[in-house]
Amino acid sequence: MNKPSLTVSASPHIHAKADTASIMWSVSLALAPATLWGIYAFGLRSLLVLGVSILGAMLSEYLLGRMSGESTLWDGSAFLTGLLVGVNMPPTIPLYIPVVASVFAIFVAKWTFGGLGANWVNPALAGRVFVFFSFTTPMSSYKLPRTIASIAPDALSSATPLSLTKTAIASGQLGLDTKALLAQGGYPATGFAQGISSLTGFSAYSVDTFLGNVGGCIGEVSALLLLVGGIYMLIRKIITWHVPLTYLGSVGLLSWVFGGLPSELGLFAGSFFPSIFSGGLMLGALFMATDYVTSPITRKGQIIFGLGCGFFTFLFRFFGSMPEAVSVSILLMNIVTPTIDRYIVPRKFGDTREYRKQLKEEKV
Amino acid sequence: MQKVPTFSKGGVHPHDQKGFSSAQSIERLPMPSELLISLSQHLGAPAKALKAKGDTVMRGEKIGSASGFISADVHSPVNGTIKEIRKVTLANSINCDAFVIVPDEDQDPEPTETFDWASQDPSALLAQVKDMGIVGLGGATFPAHVKLSIPSGKHVDAFVINGVECEPYLTADYRIMLEKGEEVLIGAMIGAKIIDAKRIIIGIEMNKIDCIEHLSAIAKEKGYPIEIIGLKVKYPQGDEKQLLKATINKEIPSGKLPLDIGAVVANVGTAHALYEAIVLHKSLYERVISVTGECIAQPKNILAPIGTKMSDLLAFCGGFSSEPEKLVSGGPMMGFSFFDENTPMSKGSSGLLALQAQKKKRNTPCINCGRCVAACPIGLMPSHLYRYITNGEYEEAMQHSLMDCKECGCCSYVCPAHLPLVHGMKTGKKLGRKKK
Repeated sequence: MNKPSLTVSASPHIHAKADTASIMWSVSLALAPATLWGIYAFGLRSLLVLGVSILGAMLSEYLLGRMSGESTLWDGSAFLTGLLVGVNMPPTIPLYIPVVASVFAIFVAKWTFGGLGANWVNPALAGRVFVFFSFTTPMSSYKLPRTIASIAPDALSSATPLSLTKTAIASGQLGLDTKALLAQGGYPATGFAQGISSLTGFSAYSVDTFLGNVGGCIGEVSALLLLVGGIYMLIRKIITWHVPLTYLGSVGLLSWVFGGLPSELGLFAGSFFPSIFSGGLMLGALFMATDYVTSPITRKGQIIFGLGCGFFTFLFRFFGSMPEAVSVSILLMNIVTPTIDRYIVPRKFGDTREYRKQLKEEKV
Repeated sequence: MQKVPTFSKGGVHPHDQKGFSSAQSIERLPMPSELLISLSQHLGAPAKALKAKGDTVMRGEKIGSASGFISADVHSPVNGTIKEIRKVTLANSINCDAFVIVPDEDQDPEPTETFDWASQDPSALLAQVKDMGIVGLGGATFPAHVKLSIPSGKHVDAFVINGVECEPYLTADYRIMLEKGEEVLIGAMIGAKIIDAKRIIIGIEMNKIDCIEHLSAIAKEKGYPIEIIGLKVKYPQGDEKQLLKATINKEIPSGKLPLDIGAVVANVGTAHALYEAIVLHKSLYERVISVTGECIAQPKNILAPIGTKMSDLLAFCGGFSSEPEKLVSGGPMMGFSFFDENTPMSKGSSGLLALQAQKKKRNTPCINCGRCVAACPIGLMPSHLYRYITNGEYEEAMQHSLMDCKECGCCSYVCPAHLPLVHGMKTGKKLGRKKK
């Protein structure tokens, strides 16, 4: 028999199936349902926005990879960053803005710090926040989805439910809850949602924001389809429940308890579900805050991270003057992540309470 | 329903791959033409050679004697002549002297006379264990007489027999439990007598449910005071720390021994060797090894003399069915890959694997996914340690408990960036020790 050519390497000699690229592509796949809904609801132009975002990200990755002599284009991370930038854009955005955001994400946020795994803030979010503060007007002009535009053609199209309520409260309309504010502002609800509302008692706005019949960025509107993607990632064990659950839960709870304060309604006058369905929260909690590189490595750390994101999101939403609560909160917590990882470490095997007590007694 | 116990922290679930060889009864290897018996069959100092080139030896005769406290005797597996003494490289890359023994045509028959063990006192039993060169057969090959010598002031609550065999592919312990169940149980009772243990527990994973039933039936029929516990399948449950957590729910603190929490652990193979040493007066010169893997034509569980060359084992199994990428001595998670088919097996060789090529995955930088941290059964942060080590910060790594890593391989197994984490830990330990 011919002598086989054998490999010698350190153990272990078997490996689990997952690799970096498969994880990145799976996350992109998980984002697909919500993205497709966005394309349907806002029209084909959103596809164009997504396309230039992804193209901008991948082209930057390719050029930077060439410069540093690495080929990192197909590990899926640049595609995912581009896609995340794209879904975070309003559908009517001028096309150069997503390109700027993508290039900023890959060039500045990712590669300046050493490429994959070395960035200290989520690249897609950094790109989004950068263009938001550079091009604020086009970044906050929204379009209504076709499901609403067809029933209320003259509705105020540039506002999202969140911005509408915020503006109303800021202009002194106190004593009204979210539902009343939206109704007063003339925000439309679909007939289907009104039907469900009369059956279940949830407000029609909650139902619409849950399903995705609401204005917003391309990929953030359908909480339902984002949840589908999130559950897929949970089943595939790509993410764990720690960040999304603590994030969504803390925003929901804080909004319910304290959300009525800006309208001078007192405690426990806010709403739980509309707050976790609206804005970019679902997208942020499931796809942005769970980014491996910029979130803590331990489960305990992830819980702290999720609670921190939730707290800041709540603060910015109800007491801040700017939109962008979700993006800015996650970026803030990204910055705290290295500190969390330094101090929150797993309990070591054998380091039990009894053993600590025993050590203390021995010292005495 | 009662909850199936296991250890709580970390661990991974690789496919157990035991189907290749689990149905194969233990077969005796035809006498090889040459044996390479190294003097380093165990953890600790190599044995001192008692024979020289040209000497004739008898089966079971002592040819190497323990050369320190942690060391063990070595015996000849055959009647034969010592052709030479030369350096060999073992599968774990240790270089040491080895006897090259050419077996005679005529061999002594296997010992059949049995001796009573229950009447002997523990110190006599312990002396016999040392004399027969018994070491731990689970892989670490720690000399058994050292483990079974309990320092005064220490007490043993539980003698835990490890029937977990959590490494994928390996089926040697499985076959021993099925075919030599009674011997294993008696061996366990002998060990328990030496260390004066209050309880005897055998832990077996639930993928070997037939062993659990078989051993329980024997113990019940003969009235042996042995508890047999089924454990949930999870790697690395066969490590003594995890096994004790799973069976007696106690954790061994860092740097401590099982004895510090009142337990002693031995493998089922070791229990069987104890039986042979005490009841048959047979020294440890042969063992069961699983020869298996995708690339072995006929996977088998083979009873082979210590010092058999891997090439003889491969030939007995019909050679390769397809070209392997790796030959591994031991299990796929912690075993050593080697390239020389003339490498001899030793007392610690539980398996010989011929593994097919895995799909090549590219390394990427660490993406901080936390899988290694979640998988580490000791509670370390492998990705952080790896970063310290690749940056040359060995002292930092040691401060973060690098020395508690036991190289079980869970972190490397799950790493999506395919970083050689265990390799890094091994290097870091070596260089860190040197720097100190």
